[in-house]
Amino acid sequence: MSRLPVRKTYKLYIGGEFPRSESGRVYEAQGANVARASRKDLRDAVRAARGAFPKWAALTAYNRGQVVYRIAEMLEARRGEFADLCSGPQEVERSIDRLVWYAGWADKLAQVLGSSNPVAGPYFNFTVPEPTGVVGILMPEEPVLAGLVSRLAPAIVGGNTAVAVVSEESPLAAVELAEVLASSDVPGGVVNLLTGRREELAPVLAGHMDVNALDLAGADGEVEELERLAADNVKRVVRGAADEQSPWEVAAFLELKTVWHPIGV
Amino acid sequence: MTELERKRDRAPVPAQWDYAPAPEARDLVQLRERYGHFVGGEWLEPKETYATIDPSTEEPLAEVGQATNEEVDLAVRAARDAFTNGWSDISPAERAKYPFGIARILQERSREFAVLESLNGGKPIRESRDVDLPLSAAHFFYYAGWADKLEYAFPNRKPRPVGVAGQIVPWNFPLLMLSWKIAPALAAGNTVVLKPAETTPLSALLFCDVVRQAELPPGVVNIVTGDGRTGAGLVKHEGVDKIAFTGSTEVGKAIHRELAGTGKRLTLELGGKAANVIFDDAALDQAVEGIVNGIYFNQGHVCCAGSRLLVQESISEPLIGKLKRRLETLRVGDPLDKNTDVGAINSRQQLDKIKELVASGEEEGAEIYQPPCRLPEKGYWFAPTVFTNVAQSYRIAQEEIFGPVLSVLTFRTPDEAVEKANNTPYGLSAGVWTEKGSRILAMAQRLRAGVVWANTYNRFDPASPFGGYKESGYGREGGRHGLEPYLEFE
Repeated sequence: MSRLPVRKTYKLYIGGEFPRSESGRVYEAQGANVARASRKDLRDAVRAARGAFPKWAALTAYNRGQVVYRIAEMLEARRGEFADLCSGPQEVERSIDRLVWYAGWADKLAQVLGSSNPVAGPYFNFTVPEPTGVVGILMPEEPVLAGLVSRLAPAIVGGNTAVAVVSEESPLAAVELAEVLASSDVPGGVVNLLTGRREELAPVLAGHMDVNALDLAGADGEVEELERLAADNVKRVVRGAADEQSPWEVAAFLELKTVWHPIGV
Repeated sequence: MTELERKRDRAPVPAQWDYAPAPEARDLVQLRERYGHFVGGEWLEPKETYATIDPSTEEPLAEVGQATNEEVDLAVRAARDAFTNGWSDISPAERAKYPFGIARILQERSREFAVLESLNGGKPIRESRDVDLPLSAAHFFYYAGWADKLEYAFPNRKPRPVGVAGQIVPWNFPLLMLSWKIAPALAAGNTVVLKPAETTPLSALLFCDVVRQAELPPGVVNIVTGDGRTGAGLVKHEGVDKIAFTGSTEVGKAIHRELAGTGKRLTLELGGKAANVIFDDAALDQAVEGIVNGIYFNQGHVCCAGSRLLVQESISEPLIGKLKRRLETLRVGDPLDKNTDVGAINSRQQLDKIKELVASGEEEGAEIYQPPCRLPEKGYWFAPTVFTNVAQSYRIAQEEIFGPVLSVLTFRTPDEAVEKANNTPYGLSAGVWTEKGSRILAMAQRLRAGVVWANTYNRFDPASPFGGYKESGYGREGGRHGLEPYLEFE
């Protein structure tokens, strides 16, 4: 007699945990019932991201690089599973390699993006990149897995925490990725993934007063409205590339801080 | 405190210092009765005009244009024309020579500009002469050198100019802000249309003569004057590829909204409510100088002004005592007098705003201190002011006053200092005063602000990136980073 496989319940990923939507709602996508996050779920996710931010930002760059590398390790172990959820093994490999690439950037960003500034006076003056805070991301619909990795990695490797609204049509890779993140060394709250209706969640994310940057990688048509909402607290609006890797993708989520100190005896 | 310091602290300060007037020669500046807009290298007769005044006397200085949308359009067309027909073909090394030349001419005509800046803006000649002008020239000189080295600033990115930049600058540092905007834009190969602030257009209009002397091709720099309507016209103009704005957070947000969905590039340098944090081991006399420079420099019309003083509780009393005594020696008055420390408030509108916020501080329960000083009868004036007994929730601790008004709060631990310093929607700048090196670095890391001055305050340099976190804006001006807003990459 054939065995009936155990079905998986697809839930949200907030603050390192896997809650159902507080609204109790689901919608059907890719043959599964997927949690349909509410505005309150989104606000909870932002709170979790804000809570996780100070510690994550204060980690040494070496340490943060290792955590991102650990995600690649965990993804490598589940290659087969992910291949079935995206365009195939090549996309999975590209995603893993991209995580490794970004992991290596963690402790080089300050050297490439920062500077020591020769001011005309007796002052020591330097500029360092720092994370902007909580980043809200509208994930691209395609590529399903590489899109998630291409937007998440540059946001978190620089010390930001993220709240992402994932693909509405193909959300399962994101939920699987949440399991990878949970079993990596990524502290709870650093990445929060929400499944649900884009139309319902995007404006709340764009207008949230405790989100510092908004990545419109997956925005479609609604860009004007979202950018306008982002003005309420002067969010950095980023048009992230869905399937590319570059240190400038990281830089888009970074602030530059300049410090002065007199030189004298 | 040593015995000597104790004695000095008790020494009486004369109730009124007497200084002989030391006026700077005003006739260095030859003003025309009426100015138009500078478009395509020529003066465009304005359709509408308004009077620009000397805020220290309320006397009119000249009639200037209130640019209409049609006039803005002509300026943008001139800039586009200059960009496509010539300017972008000039070799970078040749292009560099123009801002280099501008820097030199600004140095040569420095005193003339300094006097004009004080006349039209109300700031003390000591500051316009020693800060605004040298920094303006330095800014052009610094960015000139980048013009033919962009591929070293942005390796592997194939930098190219954005096109036509629309630039809107404030009234607190009229020529310096113009320099912060125009110098990197030209170095990166753009052409510009710049609108000076409504109340301080004259130094930008005199700058057109520098543009002429530097033999800049017509249309590379265009200046249109007017109020917010002119600015709005520039922001909305479809022929502008990039907007750079320095001014209030409120207007910055409106511009961000206006440009939503257009794909037009935008950088914003907005307001601030900076904390200047004084620890108990700080060198107090130096800190007092830093506090004074932090909030009374340029009448407090400084977006990065240290307007919230956070003092460690244990030294609050002696520090405030020293500060009040120092305030008594500040000379408030004629901006063109070389002895003046605090000049005129820039406009009636700004004076009203300061008065309104100061009244709210008194109403909410803060204790006000103003040194005895005689304010001139005509013109816009406000005495240097310190509020003690201020709670975090008071408006004077939350809102940008943009005037010579300091709000003092206290803290006990470094954690509390960080918490209070960061407890604002702004994040432009911060100060920290302590003799302990490790504490400076720890505080510099934890303060959420784009510029942190440690054991100093209000220092600026063209090589030093400047700009805010959070609602203080985005993008940087100064340094290699200041080129980026004016470049496109592959």
